[in-house]
Amino acid sequence: MSAAEPLLRVEDLHVEFPTEDGVVHAVDGVSYEVDRGRTLGIVGESGSGKTVSSLTTLGLTRTQGARVSGRIVFEGKDLVALSEGELRAIRGNDIAMIFQDPLSSLHPFFKVGTQLIEAVRVHQDVSKQAARARAVELLGLVGIPDPGKRVDAYPHEFSGGMRQRAMIAMALANEPKLLIADEPTTALDVTVQAQILQLLQRLQGELGMAIVIITHDLGVVAQTADDIAVMYAGRIVERASTKRLFAGPEHPYTWGLLKSIPSLTGTRKEQLVPISGSPPSLINRPPGCHFHPRCPYSQPEHARIDPRLEPVTDDPSHRVACLLETSLRRRLWAELSDGNTPEQARASVGLPAPQEPVASAADAPGEMPEVGL
Amino acid sequence: MTRYIIRRLLWGLLLLVIVSALTFVLFRILPTADPAKLRAGRLQSPKIIAEIRHDLGLDKSLPEQFWVYMKGIFLHFNLGYSYYSNAPVKELIFNRLPATLSLVLGGAVIWFVAGLGVGIISARRAGSKLDRASMGTALVLVSAPEYWLGLLMLFFFASDIGKVHVFPGAGSYAGLTAEPSKWFTSLIMPWLVVAAGTAAIYARLIRSSLLETMGEDYIRTARAKGLSERRVVLRHGLRSAINPIVTVLGLDIAILLGGTVLVETVFDIPGIGRLNYIAITHSDYPIIQGTVLAASLFVVVANVVIDIVYAFLDPRVRYS
Repeated sequence: MSAAEPLLRVEDLHVEFPTEDGVVHAVDGVSYEVDRGRTLGIVGESGSGKTVSSLTTLGLTRTQGARVSGRIVFEGKDLVALSEGELRAIRGNDIAMIFQDPLSSLHPFFKVGTQLIEAVRVHQDVSKQAARARAVELLGLVGIPDPGKRVDAYPHEFSGGMRQRAMIAMALANEPKLLIADEPTTALDVTVQAQILQLLQRLQGELGMAIVIITHDLGVVAQTADDIAVMYAGRIVERASTKRLFAGPEHPYTWGLLKSIPSLTGTRKEQLVPISGSPPSLINRPPGCHFHPRCPYSQPEHARIDPRLEPVTDDPSHRVACLLETSLRRRLWAELSDGNTPEQARASVGLPAPQEPVASAADAPGEMPEVGL
Repeated sequence: MTRYIIRRLLWGLLLLVIVSALTFVLFRILPTADPAKLRAGRLQSPKIIAEIRHDLGLDKSLPEQFWVYMKGIFLHFNLGYSYYSNAPVKELIFNRLPATLSLVLGGAVIWFVAGLGVGIISARRAGSKLDRASMGTALVLVSAPEYWLGLLMLFFFASDIGKVHVFPGAGSYAGLTAEPSKWFTSLIMPWLVVAAGTAAIYARLIRSSLLETMGEDYIRTARAKGLSERRVVLRHGLRSAINPIVTVLGLDIAILLGGTVLVETVFDIPGIGRLNYIAITHSDYPIIQGTVLAASLFVVVANVVIDIVYAFLDPRVRYS
């Protein structure tokens, strides 16, 4: 393995779920890399495929009858092609995962310590006493006070933040090289959110693991991620370094995400602009650019042409899937940055309004089938 | 917890008094036959019947009769005497209890183990042919009446009248301490009959409970840890799925202990159900009262036991 080989390389990943209503294209040709010790943020609305792509990395969509194609190369091994037994040796060992709701993700009937001990002993041939000592050590590592006593508590005796710390402790049991954090802060109070993010960063520094952090909240990845991938309808629509993405976002969807979060530095008259409509059905996706029904800048041909993720002219590491001209996009973003609404921005660059109305309640998308795991 | 249990038991006691009162009134308002007349036999004259009625205390007013009965229970733990055989009801019930216990507990082991096994396999292969076949069989077994299944078994497998002489037939029951091997062989068919319908219900219960549990987030966590699917299902899944089943199991055992009338009658097992059946045909009020009371007691006690077991099974449950 060469030094340049990333820890995780996802290549053209497709994940489909056949259902009674049709095939759900949950992940549609996604590619990304994560280097050792680095953090990738995957951002998108619910139903954008961000969780499914990560669960597939661990092979956890297999039990759901998912059809998976593409490659997920981890340390030179293609995880898609591995047997269930080979994958099990990697799960919780080389790659660990934490989930959104720490209360429902911990087994309510087992003590926190028992669950930690189990996590240690699946992959390490150690005695129960040694595993228990390790469990106490792990709880201390994630900042749970009095870990020697709390190890015998049940999950319901922990607060939300402590539960997520316990989940993180469990994920770290075998010092994974990659930690996938699926909305790790969504179910927590704002003050606790910051603590958990800081904890993840500190642990990354101490243990040197790579992190994939999945969130719908750009604020979460702004502080923690080195790179960001923005997903929409099962695809990555923009990928850049965090710095670059916040300084010069190129995709109208990313603009929408950025303009819909309040900023402390912006002017007071600046209004929050929600993205109209709702995410498309992943069974019957819109033709052309999947975002065009909700895009304020969409043009007639955007309903026919499917954009590809391509490098931005002046920065090959910044990729975007948008049919608008680069120069036009930059002018639009400049207008939006000045606090103008999408309509004002469109008018000042001389772009005609979209012909079909931006998605209204009338063309609400079909239900996205729940992919329970 | 202790205070909670004491409170529950006191409420249970009140319930038992109410049940006794209801049975008392019910069988006297709607008598199966006049017990005094039945007891008088062939030499019936109004005088003899009146004497018998007086001896049995039936000439007193209903509230008075009930008061005497309750006093006997509370002060002397005396359930009265059979009109028919004069034997103490308490003794009759205690003598019959081992047979019913043997039948019900043995049956419970079979239906629980069978239900668990079939339920787990069905849940793991939900939608498969095996799943459909076992759930179909379960439906048939649930629908089959016990006495019919019992007669069918006797017809085919009883060593005396069966087509194939396999198991000892009706009336072959022997006590566990007296003849252990005969106790076991004579109960095989009754056990299977008692267990059949319930096992089918349990298989369906466990299947649906496990299917629901396997969709929980913590099952995903267990898989993400790298546990084998076997361990995920049997340790993490079943641990949660079994909880609602325990409640049902406790109640089912308690209700059956009150008398498996049909099975005990078909196989002629001298249990509480059979005792009750004979008592009703003889209008033997004290025995009816006693067996109904015992049956209610089992249910009350089972409910408290279930609550206690539940607190152990689910650490989130706390009683106050």
